Amino acid sequence: MAFGLCSSFLIILFSIKNFRDTIFFDNKIIFFTFLQFFFVVVSFLALIFSFVNSDFSNETVFNHSHTTKPLFYKISGTWGNHEGSLLLWLLVLTLFIFLFLLKSKEQPKQYRILTSLFQQIIIIGFFVFVMKTSNPFNYIFPVPNEGLGLNPILQDPALAIHPPILYLGYVGSSIIFSSTLAAIPLGYVSKDWAKHIKKWVLISWIFLTLGILLGSIWAYYELGWGGFWFWDPVENISLMPWLALTTLLHCILVLEKRTTLTSWVIVLSISTFTLSMCGTFLVRSGILNSIHTFANDPERGLFILIFLFILIFLSLFIFFFFHKTKNEKSNSFFWLSKETSILINNWFMMYFLSVVLIGTVYPIFLEVLSTEKISVGPPFYNKLIIPFMVPFLFAMAIGPKLKWIKSDLQNKLYLISFFVISFLLSIIIIRNLNIDFLINTILVTSAFYLFFITLRDFFIKKFVNLSQNIAHFGFSLLILSILFNNIFSTEIITNLKIGETFQTEKFKINFENVEEKNGKNFKAIIGKFNIENLNGKSEVLKPELRIYNQPNIVTSEADIKTNLLKDRFMTMNLVQNEDYFNIRYQVKPFMIWIWFSVLLISIGGLRSLMQKKNES
Amino acid sequence: MYGRKVKLRFFFVLLILITLILSVFLVLKSLEENVVYFQSPTEIKVLPEIDRKKIRVGGMVKKDSISIEAKKIKFIITDFKNEINVIYSGAVPNLFSEGKGVVAEGFLKDKNFFLATKILAKHDENYMPPEVKAALEGK
Repeated sequence: MAFGLCSSFLIILFSIKNFRDTIFFDNKIIFFTFLQFFFVVVSFLALIFSFVNSDFSNETVFNHSHTTKPLFYKISGTWGNHEGSLLLWLLVLTLFIFLFLLKSKEQPKQYRILTSLFQQIIIIGFFVFVMKTSNPFNYIFPVPNEGLGLNPILQDPALAIHPPILYLGYVGSSIIFSSTLAAIPLGYVSKDWAKHIKKWVLISWIFLTLGILLGSIWAYYELGWGGFWFWDPVENISLMPWLALTTLLHCILVLEKRTTLTSWVIVLSISTFTLSMCGTFLVRSGILNSIHTFANDPERGLFILIFLFILIFLSLFIFFFFHKTKNEKSNSFFWLSKETSILINNWFMMYFLSVVLIGTVYPIFLEVLSTEKISVGPPFYNKLIIPFMVPFLFAMAIGPKLKWIKSDLQNKLYLISFFVISFLLSIIIIRNLNIDFLINTILVTSAFYLFFITLRDFFIKKFVNLSQNIAHFGFSLLILSILFNNIFSTEIITNLKIGETFQTEKFKINFENVEEKNGKNFKAIIGKFNIENLNGKSEVLKPELRIYNQPNIVTSEADIKTNLLKDRFMTMNLVQNEDYFNIRYQVKPFMIWIWFSVLLISIGGLRSLMQKKNES
Repeated sequence: MYGRKVKLRFFFVLLILITLILSVFLVLKSLEENVVYFQSPTEIKVLPEIDRKKIRVGGMVKKDSISIEAKKIKFIITDFKNEINVIYSGAVPNLFSEGKGVVAEGFLKDKNFFLATKILAKHDENYMPPEVKAALEGK
């Protein structure tokens, strides 16, 4: 069966390539794009099918699946590997161009054709990539009886849907890239274009936000470190396109209202997709080592790198030779206006982006140049990003209050009163704590300021700019939760034997017993811990150790008790040949608010998208 | 001599340049302060002097070297040429065991003792950090 699939896949590819020559006839484009999309869907479904049926004659299935795996993870295993995930990437690419052609009927014909052309260039590149280096339908003979299984830490609901969601955002930026390239030579970078492309920016932005959220939640409870962001290179490469996309979104708003910042918009659209591609290159080539590195294969990395350079070169060429800045009538900005504040915040975001970029890429370059191995940790990012958060937050609070073109700050007494309130509130909170007073107060003040001002707008303005307000409110909530989470977290790490008790000033941890339990493809050791407060309240936490049968890997399952104010988080680990269990107990305030606020941010985006649809 | 607009534009460009230089300087400076170097036990042995900065040490956990108490875990990291004693109090990752690769982050007490503040998690039993691989493959 797999052999048939493989050959049909080949035929599909060649036929699509032949079709590409005829792509300049408008009616046929949609049909062939659909055909292309349809074929990719078929091969993707076929791959899912062979995963579900545990067809081990397929090499990909053999390497990443196992008969005892639950059905849900058999399906998610389809994209839990290099070959399958690239097929997913291809699926999203073709899906987006198909949708784009369907949804853009009112746009100029030439523009649509060119967009589709650029998108096809990307698609061809990835087709060749899949075929040459990572065909998911490779056949193996003799057919093995059993597969090698999926890495157990990937067997998790959040991570099962994380790749498709993230890809929709990551790869979705390709359509922005293609249509920007198409719009430049046609001189179509205008208000109409901004209105139309904004939808696509919003879509990929929403999915990217959600994808990052899912990945972060997964890391929180599965990796057992009790954090939500580690400044790991892999996280950074998803953050960078997000920053670029967010900046782009704001620029497009300006472009939509006033025909300025065109070059900015172009550069940002190009860099968003380039960053996505860079991310793929860094991860897939095995330069960055992480759970996303499925196999280290230099050939794959080289291919993406070459392809990446071709794309960058192409886009820069188009940008420099075809982009003519029309003499923009009102190019000068008055210093106190909405667009200035957006521009200022754009600069900040670009700064954050470059910090993250340098922190991620610098170690790689250093290693290539001097063989010295370094890593860049959280202190680097904290030091460079936190101080600039303060003006960023203030500009975010005041910016939306300003009018387009020219504005003044009369009648804005509440702006000052809110500032005083947030300042006093922060002092009260921070004063009694044993932490750096100055920095924390300033930070919390600025976050509270944005919080109150956006909160006020919900009541005063009702439905004017509601989506923007939701997103900004979400962001202030996010920063506040992160700050309080950092300030108030407590952590205890200790080694305990069964029956022992660990005593602190505020509570004691009682290690009562362990029991064994059998899951479908793992054996679990479940510890029972009784945590008793001084006021007599007690709570039972049951962290698990899972020993998976195929592949033979031990994972810790954290036990997390969540309420509105704080999470209690516990993991345990068994150290080889010893009676001691390694216990980590954390109290993390406002965890749920971090997740919720990110969700709010994307809801803001969703609302804006819905609104657009209602209007048109 | 020049028009007001040209002057304004000139100042604007200057401002951007200064900001750019300043931020690049800031970034590089804090990079220098905050990067963590990776060293193998052999590299530590030949260090001219003990650095107080945070470093990472990588290699294999030596067989039969793990011993555990309520407050701390002791073990030995080896690259099969030299070894170093590690004292650690904190959470250990799932795949921390004897005969497996490990990366510890922390501070050198002297050339034989390392106070670890963190042991890095790995995701796959067959996976070995490239640093460890390079350290083990000899140098």
